[in-house]
Amino acid sequence: MQKLSYRHRISRVVGIGILFFLLFSLPICAQQKAVQDSTSTADSEQADSGGSEDSAADTDGDPAAGKQIFNQNCAACHALDRKMTGPALGNVEQKIQDEAGLGRDWIYKWIKNSAGLISSGDEYANKIYNQFNQVAMTAFPTLSNEDIDNILAYTNAPPKKAADAGADQAAAGGGGGGSASSGISNEIILGALALVFGLLVAMLFLVNKTLQRIAAANGIAVEKDESEKRLPIWKAFAKNQFLVFVSVVLLLLGGAYFAYGWMMQIGVDQGYEPIQPIHYSHRIHAGENKIECKYCHSSARVSKHSGIPSLNVCMNCHKSIYEVADETLKKGKQEYGVDYNKEIKKLYAAVGWDEENQKYTGESQPVEWIRIHNLPDFAYFNHSQHHIVGGIQCQECHGPVEEMEIMYQYSPLTMGWCINCHRETNVKVEGNAYYDKIHEQLAKKYGVETFTVAQMGGIECGKCHY
Amino acid sequence: MASNKKYWKSAAELNPNDSMVETMKNNEFAEEIPVDDFLGDKENLSESSTNRRDFLKYIGFSTAAASMAACEGPVYKSIPYVVQPENIVPGVANYYATTIADGFDFASILVKTREGRPIKIENNTDAKIGGGANARVQASVLSLYDSTRLQGPLANGEPVEWDALDAAVKSKLGSLQNSGKQIAVLTQTYASPSTEKLMGEFKAAYANVNHVTYDSISEDAALTAFEQRYGERALPDYDFEKAGLIISFGANFLADWQGGGYDASYARSRMPKNGKMSRHVQFEANLTQTGAKADKRVPLTPVLQRVALAQLYAKLNGSNMAGELPEYAINAIDSLVLQIKKNPAAAVVVSGIDDVNTQIVILAINEMLGSKAFDAKSPKYTRQGNVKAVNTLIADMKAGKVGALIMDGVNPMYSLPNAADFKEGIEKVDLSVTFSTNWNETTEVSQYTASANHYLESWGDAQIKKGHYSLMQPTIRQLFDTRLFQDALLQWMGTGQSYYEYIKETWSASILGGSSWNKALQDGVLASSDNAMVMASADADPTVQQDIASDKQEDAANETAAEEVQPPASVSISTAVSSLANATSGSGMELILYSKTGMGDGRQANNPWLQEFADPITRVSWDNYLTVSKSDAERLGLENYYVSNGAMNGSYVKLTVNGTSVDKVPIIVQPGQARGSVGLAFGYGKKVGMKEEMQVGVNAFPLYQNFSNIQSVSIEKTDGAHEFASEQLQNTMAGRSNDIIKETTLSVFNTEDKEHWNAVPKVDYNHSEIEVREKNADIWQSFDRSIGPHFNLSIDLNACTACGACVIACQVENNVPVVGKEEVRKFRDMHWLRIDRYYSSAETFKQEIEDLETLPAFETYEKVEIASYDNPEVAFQPVMCQHCNHAPCETVCPVAAISHGRQGQNQMVYNRCVGTRYCANNCPYKVRRFNWFLYSDNDEFDYYMNNDLGKMVINPDVNVRSRGVMEKCSMCIQKTQKTILDAKRDGRAIKDGEFQTACSLACDKGAMVFGDINDENAEIVEKKNDDRMYHLLESLGTKPNVMYQLIVKNTAEA
Repeated sequence: MQKLSYRHRISRVVGIGILFFLLFSLPICAQQKAVQDSTSTADSEQADSGGSEDSAADTDGDPAAGKQIFNQNCAACHALDRKMTGPALGNVEQKIQDEAGLGRDWIYKWIKNSAGLISSGDEYANKIYNQFNQVAMTAFPTLSNEDIDNILAYTNAPPKKAADAGADQAAAGGGGGGSASSGISNEIILGALALVFGLLVAMLFLVNKTLQRIAAANGIAVEKDESEKRLPIWKAFAKNQFLVFVSVVLLLLGGAYFAYGWMMQIGVDQGYEPIQPIHYSHRIHAGENKIECKYCHSSARVSKHSGIPSLNVCMNCHKSIYEVADETLKKGKQEYGVDYNKEIKKLYAAVGWDEENQKYTGESQPVEWIRIHNLPDFAYFNHSQHHIVGGIQCQECHGPVEEMEIMYQYSPLTMGWCINCHRETNVKVEGNAYYDKIHEQLAKKYGVETFTVAQMGGIECGKCHY
Repeated sequence: MASNKKYWKSAAELNPNDSMVETMKNNEFAEEIPVDDFLGDKENLSESSTNRRDFLKYIGFSTAAASMAACEGPVYKSIPYVVQPENIVPGVANYYATTIADGFDFASILVKTREGRPIKIENNTDAKIGGGANARVQASVLSLYDSTRLQGPLANGEPVEWDALDAAVKSKLGSLQNSGKQIAVLTQTYASPSTEKLMGEFKAAYANVNHVTYDSISEDAALTAFEQRYGERALPDYDFEKAGLIISFGANFLADWQGGGYDASYARSRMPKNGKMSRHVQFEANLTQTGAKADKRVPLTPVLQRVALAQLYAKLNGSNMAGELPEYAINAIDSLVLQIKKNPAAAVVVSGIDDVNTQIVILAINEMLGSKAFDAKSPKYTRQGNVKAVNTLIADMKAGKVGALIMDGVNPMYSLPNAADFKEGIEKVDLSVTFSTNWNETTEVSQYTASANHYLESWGDAQIKKGHYSLMQPTIRQLFDTRLFQDALLQWMGTGQSYYEYIKETWSASILGGSSWNKALQDGVLASSDNAMVMASADADPTVQQDIASDKQEDAANETAAEEVQPPASVSISTAVSSLANATSGSGMELILYSKTGMGDGRQANNPWLQEFADPITRVSWDNYLTVSKSDAERLGLENYYVSNGAMNGSYVKLTVNGTSVDKVPIIVQPGQARGSVGLAFGYGKKVGMKEEMQVGVNAFPLYQNFSNIQSVSIEKTDGAHEFASEQLQNTMAGRSNDIIKETTLSVFNTEDKEHWNAVPKVDYNHSEIEVREKNADIWQSFDRSIGPHFNLSIDLNACTACGACVIACQVENNVPVVGKEEVRKFRDMHWLRIDRYYSSAETFKQEIEDLETLPAFETYEKVEIASYDNPEVAFQPVMCQHCNHAPCETVCPVAAISHGRQGQNQMVYNRCVGTRYCANNCPYKVRRFNWFLYSDNDEFDYYMNNDLGKMVINPDVNVRSRGVMEKCSMCIQKTQKTILDAKRDGRAIKDGEFQTACSLACDKGAMVFGDINDENAEIVEKKNDDRMYHLLESLGTKPNVMYQLIVKNTAEA
């Protein structure tokens, strides 16, 4: 069964009420934000200082410059501490020295032209080549020896992980504390308010009781008779037939209104935000990394379906991106309670990627995503029609996807919503030879330059229902 | 003179006392709601345990439950590929060119696949030969998803591994090497160069291999005749487009005669161009599609057909021939001879009589005439079956001379007339292996059953006609654990090659001739001109050329000329002709066995689309039956009658041929059936391995003795009445027929004004008559349809041969459900497109007009028409929603579920429909179909939509309709919309011919033309302005967007 956050009006009202209460807690949230900001600045400071420390560690190269070159040229296939397409490069110079007794000259040759080295019959070069599935390393003839020195300086003494981890923990601790305290303070405030309210009620009750007792003691009779003489209000109400009639009508109308409202939202899944088998963040992919929507949803160009990307598309990037940046990881844990790295592991499990050996095992398990946008079978919708021909941006219907941590249904996807848009949107005729003749005829006949989809027959029933 | 002819749909309409006809005229839904059955039984009602309060409780509970269930939507999952194949984009169709060569049907086709599932068959327009998919080929995609298919190999009915089967076969074949026993391979016709080569290699590997080709419906006589004359076992090809005069003696060449595929070229010769069209004379016994299309049909029993053919031959070469013929036949022959002599080369003669002498004479006549339509140089290979070899094989099996019998694509236990002999024989065979897609009569008696691929899962090739090659490629991976026969052979031979590699090798070596394999595979066809040239030069017989030349010069002397140059052939011809002239029938009536357009030889009998496809002539679905002429029926006391709901019943008979009997054969009284002859269709009566619903009809093969389609039969009436699922009386339009079919003759068409033969109906306006097409005749305002496309569909009734490819194509494209025999009998068939058949009088045409003028109004016209009962003229008319611009259905819908599009479609919105059926009642064309049940997901309709496998054929672009909604032809709006979208996306204008509907795409005859009338260069505009154009029931002022081109018959006699 689908679960919708905004399904019931009542729950929405309650939600708004809670929101109203939460307004009071705004100052506290602001405090929390401040805490976060300070930790993140601390992070970046630490990272910087880490870099400067490294520069002191090695003498014949600049690790900071090395890091930059490494990230630009090597990181797609190499990591410091793990095997990727190529071997792990942490302390690689030492390793080569230990294994083959080769020095920096060999490394220069290898980096500048590994293929040449392999074909020259170099023993160690061939060994590495075979060890890594005979994938030839790209030659980097543009790198100078100095650059390579810098890289080696960086790989020999990588930025201190320990410090980072420490900072991490501290930040996480701080952040956790912050969020916890804000949670508690909310409850405290609510509790205090409730307590005050309770006290007030109790006090009023006590005061009333005391006053009555005093009155009784003083022999003052509280006038009850008059109220007994008067007709109770409900009886008076029942006697006034007109009033009864009007209120029944009002009640029925009101009931009908709410019943109608309730019934009209049946099957409207706006805001539907199911938990997916893999926590996939559009915010990170489309937002922070600015990946084009159609890089993954490529069928939207030609098909009625936008297409959920097959896992091999994910692996185009995630073959190299095996973990997220520390800040991202931190943010995920803090704000969304998600360990992104674990989610990437889920992808690897599904696609059957053996990280250890950098190989596909062939044991794959397709991901069963929960479908969010469901049009009924009797409605035909074509993505390429709207996006490629109509030039509608994805966001116009799907909302700010680049800000969505978890994808949800932004638009109601009701027929009224479709029709509205068809009535308001002008057909994009410029530069499309299909419309040339039609446009010319229309312009001649009706003297219009622009026309809407509806005017082109876009709200005829049969255009979407067949 | 044209359109005041009267038409009738069924014999019952000629009976003035038939109350059913009256009922049917007035009722859209013939059957009453059985209220009395339900409420009339007071006793039962009062005894029932459900009282009123319980009933209300149930209602309350179910309403509450339903609304509760509606609150929460179900969770849908989307499961993408792990690795998406490069060429598959979800939602976009891929097309593959392939070939069907199942032994009965041979055609180059395109297969439309969606997400890897083949969902539709289309014509391969690149193919010059065999590019038209008939109804069976169109439907064959569903046989792929047949839920009764074999899912793995079997040994004595038990599942077994392929390894075990391979081991058994290999050891047996090895041990038979030097045993003196033969290894028999009994197969269908493949017409495949690769298989032929492979079979040669198999023979080389095992010396004692005997390959026998067996066609269930044999063309042995024609093959033998051709072999005798030209030295090659093949069938001559005919191009009817080049013929000016087509003479057929019992050849149903618009259907499956000699492998079929002649209808397109015939249709092209039948559309009048520059005042000219071919003339077609048919001598036949059963009323066939071909006879129905003929300009002149002469009903003759097969014996008399032979005599007539002998007479024709004799008269053409000026000799005399004995033989008795009725006078009308003699006149017809005399007239034909005169016409032939005007232009001998334009004439062509064909025959469907299974008799070597007849076929020899046919070849001789065509050669003598020098017929341009006749092509013996590059013959067709679509039938290879050898009766003699099959009989020898059965004798050998019975004698215990066969060590192993391997079968593929054949079902002899069902289709052999002497199946009992075969059974006796197979019991003596040490090893029998049958390749089959389904469990059937033959697999039942075989030791091993090898589950075979469907052709859409297979590699293969075919040479349909000499020099015309086509390739078969898989369009889906094998659904089950199945294997191709050729792959198995390769495996048993231990070559380690797959059949794909083998084909590629064969093609590279001898067929491609330097052209690209990939290109050939993409096109599906390769017309090897080099090859054809070589064969032609080798074949070109200078004497034949001379012969033709001499024909032209002196008609009378050509027999002697032929004798001089070809002594052996002509000797055999003269004996052949005299044997024809002396042909006599047996003691009984003559039975003509034929194959139906829908069912063929019964290969796809488990295909519900084909079962529900109504015969073009009798309009009966889900059955075969004995067609009997009216006089014979009366003599034998046989009858058809209509029961209260309008459905037809018929008597049963018992047929006996040479002591073999078939019992419980229902009869149909068929107008036009030659007296003294009866007809029965093959392909029905299959029982083994079939779904129960599909076990209909009787098996005619036991009567197919000596593989001759003509038998002497004795008929005996038996008890009982058969219930037909007939569309005969359904939606009768009687009384309005003037406006339905229009017809004229070529001479009138050429000489008279259009107003004379295609007058536009007149209506009253201001006390004067105006044409219904005028503006003043119109009370409606109309859309502005001048901008953007406005679709029209033109149907040329002259070119339509009622082949039914459009009917099936429409059913496939639009997810039209199969409803089953019971429902069709209740007239609840769902076909969006039907092909109506009308009878009218032929010979008495002039008299008829006079009679009609003296007839009182509203009189039934039995007086005029009964005379023509023996030989009616027939008209076919495909009818689908006419997409009226002023549609009567639109105005009566209370919920506005029907609206009108400015592209011309009448749009039916299923999700709005509440099922009042007002629209169907108000539709003058009776094209609306009501979903009485949820045909999908309903096990009561166990056809294909209720199982996962069958559902794979459903077109994802079209809705599957639910219970309680009306549906009808949408003018394939999903296809036109797709075309528009593609053009918009590419940013280009749409070319004429891009807009197609499923039916227009399936019609390889050019009878259906679809297009945008706002595109002034479109073919459809030409059709719209054609003089032959008329609208169905135009006087109603509905302004349909479907138009018809009236029938022109070339009645010119010499």
